[in-house]
Amino acid sequence: MKARVHVMLKDGVLDPQGEAVRHALGHLGFAGVGGVRMGKVIELDLTATDAAAAEAEVKAMCEKLLANTVIEKYTIEIA
Amino acid sequence: MKAAVITFPGSNCDRDLADAFAKAGAEVVRVWHKDTALPAGVDVIGVPGGFSYGDYLRCGAIASRSPIGQAVAEFAAKGGYVLGICNGFQVLTEMGLLPGALMRNASLKFVCRPVTLKVATEDSAFTAGYGREAEIVVPVAHHDGNYTIDAEGLKALLAEDRVAFRYTENPNGSVDDIAGVLSANRRVLGMMPHPERVVEGVQGGADGAALFRALSGVLATA
Repeated sequence: MKARVHVMLKDGVLDPQGEAVRHALGHLGFAGVGGVRMGKVIELDLTATDAAAAEAEVKAMCEKLLANTVIEKYTIEIA
Repeated sequence: MKAAVITFPGSNCDRDLADAFAKAGAEVVRVWHKDTALPAGVDVIGVPGGFSYGDYLRCGAIASRSPIGQAVAEFAAKGGYVLGICNGFQVLTEMGLLPGALMRNASLKFVCRPVTLKVATEDSAFTAGYGREAEIVVPVAHHDGNYTIDAEGLKALLAEDRVAFRYTENPNGSVDDIAGVLSANRRVLGMMPHPERVVEGVQGGADGAALFRALSGVLATA
């Protein structure tokens, strides 16, 4: 099965790249952008066939490597 | 003093760091990222600057989980001395040996120039050779040196006098102008500026030499 992990900076952690994109959008005339936050999407091909087991395994991967939980949060989708 | 300097794929300050340790009188051994154990009798580990594993995922993230990473963590847990510079600092935060994290510079630009640092504490084997509040000039060269820590963590760092160096003019947006921090036992130092690039006059400065000399003095008898 496949898993998709979204990694985002935690709320309250300033995102300099998101801010730069927000400014650039403003320069292009997109006046209605109040905030931009950037993150990562990580797609995993898993051999697991059980969704619950797969989710548990991916959660362990996030905690150990895929996210730095000091500054980042993550969500997992299993499909 | 016996110093081990680690080389990851993408490290590029490992030879300079080995040279700085050697100039301070250390016997230096070079350690490869795939090694699973440190040579016997090592007193201090140097984790060098560079772009370990191409900075993929996050700076220092893959290196911190490499085979030698586990040995570094065990060495530190037993009270060993560890010096992480630039990418090495990122590796040590990713390992959890030092608190906080290093994010993209607030300017989004790579900064590469000499900066003035204020020595924030003399109370460590790394900083004992500098006078109180001494100002030293050391180069920085990084894209992700914006030190971030939550309010509670910062409070603890300040209460325990664990900020080693501060920028006099903040080049990257770091919280409280922090350029380097110490572990709770004061034996692990991570810093973004490169003291190994200023250990003799021919490099344009020698303000980094006192760090290696002080460490050598403490560890000579260890």
